[in-house]
Amino acid sequence: MQKSLHLDPNKCTGCLQCEMACAWENHRSFTIAKSRIKVFTFHHEGRFVPYTCTQCDEAWCMTACPVDAIRLDPVTGAKIVLEPTCVGCKVCTIACPFGTINYVASTGKVQKCDLCGGEPACAKACPTGAITYVDADWTGLGKMRQWAGKTDTNPATV
Amino acid sequence: MRHLIIGSGPAGVIAAETLRKAAPAAEITLLCGEGEPPYARMAIPYLLKGEIDEAGTHIRKDADHYDRLRINLVQARARAIDIANRTVDLGGGRSLSFDRLLIATGSHPSLETIPGMDLPGVHSCWTLEDARSILAKARPGTRVVQMGAGFVGCIIMEGLLSRGVDLTILVRSGYMVRRMMNPTASSLIRSWCEARGVKILTRTQPLGITAGDGALQVTLPDGRTLPADLYLSAVGVDPNLDFLAGSGIDVDRGILVDPTMQTSVAGIYAAGDVAEATDCLTGRRQLNAIQPNAVEQGRIAALNMAGKPAQFRGSFVFNVLTTLGLVSSSFGEWQGVPQGESTEVLDEARYRYLNLQFEGDRLVGANCVGFADHVGAFRGLIEGRVRLGKWKQRLLDDPTRIMEAYLAAAHKVA
Repeated sequence: MQKSLHLDPNKCTGCLQCEMACAWENHRSFTIAKSRIKVFTFHHEGRFVPYTCTQCDEAWCMTACPVDAIRLDPVTGAKIVLEPTCVGCKVCTIACPFGTINYVASTGKVQKCDLCGGEPACAKACPTGAITYVDADWTGLGKMRQWAGKTDTNPATV
Repeated sequence: MRHLIIGSGPAGVIAAETLRKAAPAAEITLLCGEGEPPYARMAIPYLLKGEIDEAGTHIRKDADHYDRLRINLVQARARAIDIANRTVDLGGGRSLSFDRLLIATGSHPSLETIPGMDLPGVHSCWTLEDARSILAKARPGTRVVQMGAGFVGCIIMEGLLSRGVDLTILVRSGYMVRRMMNPTASSLIRSWCEARGVKILTRTQPLGITAGDGALQVTLPDGRTLPADLYLSAVGVDPNLDFLAGSGIDVDRGILVDPTMQTSVAGIYAAGDVAEATDCLTGRRQLNAIQPNAVEQGRIAALNMAGKPAQFRGSFVFNVLTTLGLVSSSFGEWQGVPQGESTEVLDEARYRYLNLQFEGDRLVGANCVGFADHVGAFRGLIEGRVRLGKWKQRLLDDPTRIMEAYLAAAHKVA
């Protein structure tokens, strides 16, 4: 059974430990602007929403990449960016209808969540259980994929 | 079943791969028209910058990729299609038969109609071969006159400047990237370029090019001549349709396709830059020469070719552009719609600009300069026709809260 990140806004306090853990894991820096997971703040609603890639089946980013720089990790199911191959054209950043693959100016490459190879640092760092790494069926993935279906231009899949 | 795909750009390659997955026993042939392995034009700017070698432009990197998938790569150009006999003429007495055909022949650079376009030193920047010629000629101090400041014209500037050339850009209209950007976004891009040493002449259409004094001489409408060692023509692209003349396949500006990507001839499909499909925002037929559209159409066409019904729900135009490091993007109805509303925020000093266009409580278009984070959500909001509800007013007040609006309205998380 593949696992995925379960993000529960109800439990998020906005402490940003996840962003720091992600930035440290991937950039060896605590510059949270470089984090691949983001916590969005809703002042009106008094709510914090952690958000990152769901590793969707459609893999818009991977299909759109013109130079084969995004591949499937067969173990975790993550779509991962091969940095040396990425040219930084950013086509994936507009192809992904979730906005979860982003360009990093300092590296000249794009980045996205790669599930840290199966041990996501954000989930480990989250002190409230708002981010957990669980069996895929447990997450809201199905719900999000349903939504993705609405923007999907292809009802049939291979 | 013999599947033949004409054109080895992103649409053709994705179609071939999709076919193999959907039709394990089928025969699949991919025609490459340039004597190169399948490569991505999107990567050429990075080849000019010297950041990658030619292999870095290849669409697939594993040497045995096509062999492994039993996709036959054939180096040849289609000359004509015989729909009655189901053959494609490759010239020189060669032809290939097919049961299902995909036309994914892409675009070619539009040709300027001024005298001198055939002189040595006059080039397009479209193919790998063009890039090789430019790399051979563009050296420190080389005087480059470039006609056109559209998507291609802008995206190659960084590569040219990185080689130390002296760059002058001629723009026929009043402003750069006018098919993607509104005048405010365009003028930001212009001043960014000028601050980096690029000379830009708007409302300037050269009258002709001659050779003299060991250089090209570009004659301008005001009578001046600009000396140039290299003249680059980048005035847009047109779909590759010429070989279809008299074939019986219906063509308007592009090849007309139905939602299965089938042309007017049963068993013959089209995808990518050559296909004229329906825009999901306007409902009108249009050409849409962007990478995400090409791969999606290639995939849908291939599924149908393999007998697995799939429908293309239409796409809309969006694109992302990097001009000398300045990232900009454009989505949908960025010019606005009748009775629509809009909002914008501009920080000229920091080259940041965001303009949103609404129809009712839906986002229908956007222009972004200097905002590169989470831009995919613009696609999600526009293509998903997401109702923004109370978030529309919040965006009118502060357009930079687009990602919060997306999460709240599309994912109902707040």
